[in-house]
Amino acid sequence: MYPTRFRYEAPRELDEALALLREHGDEAKVLAGGQSLVPLMKLRFAAPELLVDINNLPGLDHHEVDADGNLHVGALCRHATLERSDLLREKQPTMAAAAPLIADPIVRNRGTLVGSLCHADPQGDWASVVLALDGSIVAAGPGGRRSIPARDFVLGPFQNALAPDEIAVEAVIPAPRGTPSGGYLKLERRVGDFATVGVAVAVETTDGRVTRAGIALTGVGGATIDCADAAEALLGRPLDGDTIEEAATLAARDARPKSDHRGSAQYKRHMVHTFVVRALEGTTR
Amino acid sequence: MTIVHEVRDEPAHDVPERRITVTVNGTRKVIECEPRLLLSHLLRQGLRLTGTHMGCDTTNCGACTVLVDGTPVKSCTMLAVQADGHEVTTVEGLATASELHPVQEGFREEHGLQCGFCTPGMMLASKALLDRNPDPSEEDVRWALSGNLCRCTGYQNIVKSVLWAAAKLRSEREDQ
Amino acid sequence: MTKALDEVKIGGIGASRKRVEDSRFIRGKGRYTDDIVLPGMLHMEILRSPMAHARIKSIDTSKAWEIPGVHLVLTGEMAATRNLAWMPTLSYDTQAVLATDKVRFQGQEVACVVADDPYIAKDACDAIDVEYEPLPVVVNPEQALDEDAPVIRDDKAGQDGNVIYHWEVGDKTGTDRAFERADRISKLRLHYPRSHPSPIECCASVADYDRATQKLTVYMTTQAPHIVRAAVAMIAELPEHMIRIVSPDIGGGFGNKVPVYPGYVCSILCSILLERPVKWIEDKSGNLISTGFARDMYLDSELALREDGKILGVRIHADADHGAFFADAQPSKFKIGLLHSAFACYDIPAAHLTARGVYTNKAPGGVAYRCSFRVTEAMFFQERMVHQAAKDLGIDPAEFRRRNFVRADQFPYRTPFGFLVDSGQPEKCLDVGLKAIGYEDFLKQKEEARKRGRLLGIGISTMTEPLGAGNSREYDILGIKMFDSAELRVHLTGKALLRVGTKSQGQGHETTWAQIVSHELGIPAEDVTVEEGDTDTAPFGMGTYASRSTPVGGAAISMVSRKIRAKARKLAAHLLEVSEEDIEWELGRFYVRGVPDRGVTIQECAMAAYSNMPDGMEPGLENHAYYDPPNLTWPFAVYIVTVEVDPESGVWDVLNLVAVDDCGVRINPMIVEGQIMGGLTEAYAMSNMQFITFDEEGNCVGSNYMDYLLPTAWETPGFELHSEVVTPSPHHPIGAKGIGECAAVGGPAAFVNAVMDALDGTGVRNIDMPLLPDRVWQALQTGQDVSGVPPVRTDD
Repeated sequence: MYPTRFRYEAPRELDEALALLREHGDEAKVLAGGQSLVPLMKLRFAAPELLVDINNLPGLDHHEVDADGNLHVGALCRHATLERSDLLREKQPTMAAAAPLIADPIVRNRGTLVGSLCHADPQGDWASVVLALDGSIVAAGPGGRRSIPARDFVLGPFQNALAPDEIAVEAVIPAPRGTPSGGYLKLERRVGDFATVGVAVAVETTDGRVTRAGIALTGVGGATIDCADAAEALLGRPLDGDTIEEAATLAARDARPKSDHRGSAQYKRHMVHTFVVRALEGTTR
Repeated sequence: MTIVHEVRDEPAHDVPERRITVTVNGTRKVIECEPRLLLSHLLRQGLRLTGTHMGCDTTNCGACTVLVDGTPVKSCTMLAVQADGHEVTTVEGLATASELHPVQEGFREEHGLQCGFCTPGMMLASKALLDRNPDPSEEDVRWALSGNLCRCTGYQNIVKSVLWAAAKLRSEREDQ
Repeated sequence: MTKALDEVKIGGIGASRKRVEDSRFIRGKGRYTDDIVLPGMLHMEILRSPMAHARIKSIDTSKAWEIPGVHLVLTGEMAATRNLAWMPTLSYDTQAVLATDKVRFQGQEVACVVADDPYIAKDACDAIDVEYEPLPVVVNPEQALDEDAPVIRDDKAGQDGNVIYHWEVGDKTGTDRAFERADRISKLRLHYPRSHPSPIECCASVADYDRATQKLTVYMTTQAPHIVRAAVAMIAELPEHMIRIVSPDIGGGFGNKVPVYPGYVCSILCSILLERPVKWIEDKSGNLISTGFARDMYLDSELALREDGKILGVRIHADADHGAFFADAQPSKFKIGLLHSAFACYDIPAAHLTARGVYTNKAPGGVAYRCSFRVTEAMFFQERMVHQAAKDLGIDPAEFRRRNFVRADQFPYRTPFGFLVDSGQPEKCLDVGLKAIGYEDFLKQKEEARKRGRLLGIGISTMTEPLGAGNSREYDILGIKMFDSAELRVHLTGKALLRVGTKSQGQGHETTWAQIVSHELGIPAEDVTVEEGDTDTAPFGMGTYASRSTPVGGAAISMVSRKIRAKARKLAAHLLEVSEEDIEWELGRFYVRGVPDRGVTIQECAMAAYSNMPDGMEPGLENHAYYDPPNLTWPFAVYIVTVEVDPESGVWDVLNLVAVDDCGVRINPMIVEGQIMGGLTEAYAMSNMQFITFDEEGNCVGSNYMDYLLPTAWETPGFELHSEVVTPSPHHPIGAKGIGECAAVGGPAAFVNAVMDALDGTGVRNIDMPLLPDRVWQALQTGQDVSGVPPVRTDD
């Protein structure tokens, strides 16, 4: 319930924040929404010596589409903003489907998508979504900015690819070239639960055929799972029953679930299959 | 403000401290505290506003919900120092000197509370909902309150309480 | 022309009076234990064992003592020098306050620290070094009973093995004969999983030992302040009159706040040692991992049946997992609580129950969570057995119940287990319920849906339960009989102060108890202040749990009001200058028989008690009553749930839920409905998502809100409540029966029966709770029962 002692800084400019990390990076953690970090600190599973609070940094709470159609989600853009976003509903259906399913409505007021990605919880929902959409994270550091593709961003449970002196400033989702559709289906026992199974499906179609696809899984392995084969199987084909079935089977094959008190491995694998089918058929539940 | 501003033990060396200014229920407060102090503890211990309750240690129950700049936040998962420069509204700030807020009235009218422990958090989350959506459906209310746990009521009367308050607020607005 | 007051208008019985308590709660001005701040107060944190079963080799507290702001680091060894390392429990066992020789469950209290603030206290706890030597772990009765099992309670002389008790009731011979005669025998093995009442507010105490007065005051979360005072007097060897227990506002009890926990005792000891107030606030993990859990009972049952559905006999064997200490608050004569109240609403000629309690390496408990002393287990087992028996015989489950209900002409009915069920209208309640849910239509819908591959199901649960423990012949806790008391003082202007030995944790006593006074005396409810919870002022009571307060405390209030009325009648006679035999009463006033206009109000009588007494009468208008109930009360309930199960995912949704509750006279219908809805939600939670389990090393899964699930407003279904059937209690002074726990007692079976009904024809007879999607799916896939709790890890 009570965090260990730490020092705290709340810089007002990005350069200030970066300077703090340059000096103290190894013992510091960046604080944005805090809805993952603070609970860990209260349980004393995390005990950083310095917290660098970035909530006062300007220009980071945006979510907008640039001239090329790429979506930029700033480090301080809250889940709740994304949940209410007409832009997302229009342009990014997979993200729009996932946003309401993150934690609970009050946590969503503070938590951020970028923060969630950086936290790299293997049970994190956004990671599957951003992976399925082939997104990337933009890191600001002493050498300027660099873009890290989502598939290279997580090194292990709670370990991301940022250097100790870097701060993630935004996530970028590439512009769809075809018509985007998809969804995020999450089996949770109650609101706020971790996913027993989470499936992110993002496809683009042109003239009735799939031109891009991404399928990623939450909660059925030690980390987010990228179902590359399943996605590949959709390419160039219409979303008919056979195509969907093939993708679902491949995705289920790629799942690496463990049996635990949330369910047997067999059940989880089955639910991956079920959710892929439902997401591709456009049914919810 | 009393004439004695503060009396305290001399702080031990090495204990980090920070000076912050937080507006709580409309009054600006100057506070010196450790960074690790949770906002909920600042409110309860520091400011003696005990209407904000603490019910869990994993950010699930929502009993500690307050409004920060009008938005519901679980105060147990925010550091007090993060409230620097912001406005915090607790349950004690809902009513005016003479009148209860319609949300408070609604909870009483529709038996939306039993032990009262989750109630402050429920009411603040409800108020924020009604600020945003003055005519919510039952589903909207249940969704908006899905971050606040209650063990006593079964939620049905809480929903009725919020809808009662919504109706009262709408009619007050029409009267104006 | 009557001048009797309108009872509902003055807030008497039947008035859905708005709650008095709300005024402070909606303003955030409730006064819960953690809100109490005393001058010089210090804060205590507990160090808990990470091991489930281990010898303590050493405890090094030196680093903890060095932390600035630490005042005291207390270990079991230190407590032992004051004879406080162990304490007696409410079940004639002993329990460790702070571990000395070994730890016996994960989360057990090992040491505590008192510091200037809880942050520092927690820092100091982390600085304590404990060396453990692991021992083999026992996590269920099967392991506990194994002949090679470690003896958990090797601290008890003569304890050989892990059995706590054997208990038996009923007629073995008669029952065996019934089974020999049976056309069919229906069997069921059930596990009621371990869960936890988990009120949102955790346990807490502020212990304040004042050296100057030698008085100990403890503000604490207790549903039974007088029991605690007696217990503290025993444990701390302090004289009872120098102990004051104050139970302020409580954020939910549900049985969690009845036992005397080590945290309370530690805070008391620390306060005595430091001579300063010491506050202990439990965190949710501590609450879930160490305080009184609920259920964890295994049942083997058989019903002997005649082909036409008549139950000829019942055989039950129950194994109760009590954790490391037998620490429940329950009537001492009934080792496994009132489990033998099972089948009380059915006319059954013969029954036999055997029960066994065992120790395991888990927190102590078993009797909690709105259980009415294990009646949750009894009624769950009963209604699951009834449902399956009906299915086994191919008889409609509603019809099956009708054929077995106790008939109207049979009341008062003596059950084969010895209870006297004095009233009820089971058939009428069932009729109301079936009509409300649209039973016949639903069965047709179910059939139609089946053809299209959709699984619909309907589940019924019917029961009567014994509420209001209890008469002094049979009921006591630690030898103290289970009465309740009330003290009523009417002031000279006719306002009144009522003090009762009960303690609300959300049930609204400040509102409803005044309504009883209104009913008896015609004093408007708003003129009656109700106080509870302070042992210095409240008359002795055995506490509020097991739905006993309206049956027992409420009766005491009625009786003391009648004593007041009897004296007021004499005053009225004096004021009206007639003899007492000529005085009639109507609500709020006495009048001369035949001359209704000649009367005096109760307020005028009150004034007279202070200013115009007849010769020889003691002044004042106050009295007290101690009530020993002649019998328990017997509410009847019918819960019907319809569900749809998604065969692809195993997820099930509630379509409709109807509750018919006959709890006799309802003091405040609004509050009664609130209690029912709360209970139904807990029933839903238990059937759908709630459980606590352990791996082979005794690590607890379910010790925080991420793993121990409470439904939110989003998952919780809506409820349709019915109150048209009212069968007053024949013995209760106002005809009221208990109600607070009925829905939690009867509800779970309705949900489970509904899902099992949806699985009709699949060969599955049972899925143990919680009916999580994967378990339902597994049953559908395999056609096999799913037993036990979800496993923590399996190798796939």
